[in-house]
Amino acid sequence: MKSFEYVRPTTIREAVAAAAQPGAAYLAAGTNLIDLMKGGVSEPSRLVDISHLPDLDRIEDLSDGSVRIGALVRNADLANDRDFARRFPAVAEALLSGASAQLRNAATVGGNLMQRTRCAYFYDMASACNKRSQGGGCDARGGDNRLHAILGWSESCIATHPSDFCVPLAALDAVVEIEGKAGRREIPLDMFHRLPSDTPDRENVLESGEMIVAVRLPAEAARFAAHARYLKVRERTSYAFAVVSAAAALCIEANVIANARLALGGVASKPWRAREAERVLIGTPADTQLFRRAAEAALAEAEPSGDNAFKIELARRVVVRAFALAAAGTPEPLPALPGSPFAAFSGVLTHV
Amino acid sequence: MGFSTTLTINGVTRTIALDDPRVTLLDLLRERLDLTGTKKGCDRGQCGACTVIIDGRRINSCLALAISQDGADVLTIEGVTRGGRLHPVQEAFIAHDGMQCGFCTPGQIMSAIGLIREGQAGNDPERIREGMSGNLCRCGAYQGITQAVLEAQKALDAASRKEVA
Repeated sequence: MKSFEYVRPTTIREAVAAAAQPGAAYLAAGTNLIDLMKGGVSEPSRLVDISHLPDLDRIEDLSDGSVRIGALVRNADLANDRDFARRFPAVAEALLSGASAQLRNAATVGGNLMQRTRCAYFYDMASACNKRSQGGGCDARGGDNRLHAILGWSESCIATHPSDFCVPLAALDAVVEIEGKAGRREIPLDMFHRLPSDTPDRENVLESGEMIVAVRLPAEAARFAAHARYLKVRERTSYAFAVVSAAAALCIEANVIANARLALGGVASKPWRAREAERVLIGTPADTQLFRRAAEAALAEAEPSGDNAFKIELARRVVVRAFALAAAGTPEPLPALPGSPFAAFSGVLTHV
Repeated sequence: MGFSTTLTINGVTRTIALDDPRVTLLDLLRERLDLTGTKKGCDRGQCGACTVIIDGRRINSCLALAISQDGADVLTIEGVTRGGRLHPVQEAFIAHDGMQCGFCTPGQIMSAIGLIREGQAGNDPERIREGMSGNLCRCGAYQGITQAVLEAQKALDAASRKEVA
C-alpha cells in the first residue's frame, strides 16, 4: 500500500476543506477503499477520515414525509431498522442480499454509492483499464466478460456498478445530498453515477472534494411498501455480486397497477432505471404477460458487450419474476435468503 | 510522523503508538500485540478469518485501519472465555465438530457470537447459514458449524433467561 497522509476532521466543513487537494480521498468504513489500496488500484496521497464525524449516522423522518439517511449509517443498521424496512422493504432486502454480515456491519450508505466496479481487469494492475488509467485500453473487451455490461456501455469500458442498495434507491427516486466548497447541493440518485462514454474514469458527478452527506427517500416511495421486492441472481446463493438484479415495486389500486417502478442492477455502470417498462404497466391489471412486455421494454436497448448475450434474456426473466413477486405482496419477515430466487416463501403477506 | 490509537482490547484500555497509518487492526493485533488468535486468511475481506467484534458488531479486521478505530472496544477470540471457562459458542463448536484444520475457527466463533448478538437468525438453519456466509471454511465443516451455532444460541437463550449470561 502506498503511503498516505492521514487527517481526521471534526466537522463536515473541515472535511471538505481537507479533501480539496488533489489526490485526497474520503475514508469511511474502508471496506472497498482499503482493499483497493492494498492492491495498488487506488493510491490516495491523503486520507480524510470522516468516520468520526458527528450526526451523519442518523435515520431521520422529515416533516414532508421523506426519510433522510445519513451518509455514515451502516448498511446493517439501515436494513434492520424496523420502521425503515417496513416502509422501504425492497431497500432492506437489497441491503441484506449484499456482501457478508461483517461487511454490512461496517459499510456505510455513502460508501455504498462510492464503491468501485468489481471488473477483474480494473483490479488487476497488469491489465489495461481505461477506468484506472484513462487511454490505457480495456482488457475486458475480448477478455473474460460474461458478467459485464449489457446496457449503456462504451468501447472504452464495459464494467458494471456492483451495488445492490443503489438499485431500489434508483427505482424509488432517492436523492443524494452533497456538500462541497460551494455549499450543499442535491441530485437524483439516478443521475449520480455516469455512463462510461469515453471517460470511464469519471464514475459519478461529484466534483473534486465533494462529499456525500445523506441519501433521501421521498414520501411517495413508501406507497410501494405492500408490493416491493429485490430479486438478485448470483453465481452462489449468498455473499456474491449480482449477475443481474431487479428492484420492482407496484402500487395496486382496485386490482389495477396505479404506479410501477423498476431498476436493474449488474447490467450497466449505474443502477439502471427502466422508465419505459414502468409506463407499460401503469393502468392495467397485473399479469405475467404484461410483465413480459415490461421486460421487453426494459431491455429494448440492450446489447452484449462480449460473451454475455445470455444476460439480456436473464434480465428479462428477472424483471418478470421480480414483478410477479412484488404483485404477490411484500413478505414479512423477509425471506431467510434475501433477494434469492431460491428463497422459499414463508410468513404472511403484508397486503392482500 | 507519529500517531496513536486508543483501544479497549478484551477489556483492557491502552494507547498504542503507530509509526504508520497504514497498519490494519488485524496486523496491529497479530504483529504488534501478539494476539495471534485472530487469523489472516485472504487479507481482503473475503474469507472472514480475521473477524473480531468492535463495539458489539462483528467486522473484518483486515479492512479496518487501526488508527481509524480510535476509541473502539475490541473483542477478540482471546477475550471470550469467562472465568477460565470456554464460551458457550466454543463449547458448541467442540461438541459438534465445527472444524477440521481449525484455521478459520476463531473467525467462525467470533462471527457466531456476533450473529447471536444480532438476534436476526432465530433457530432457522437457513438464516444461520446466510448469516455465517462471510466465513469460509476450506475444510467444509459447515454442517457442524451450523449445528454448533444453533446449539450455542439455545444455550445462551437458556442462560439469559436465568440471568446468568
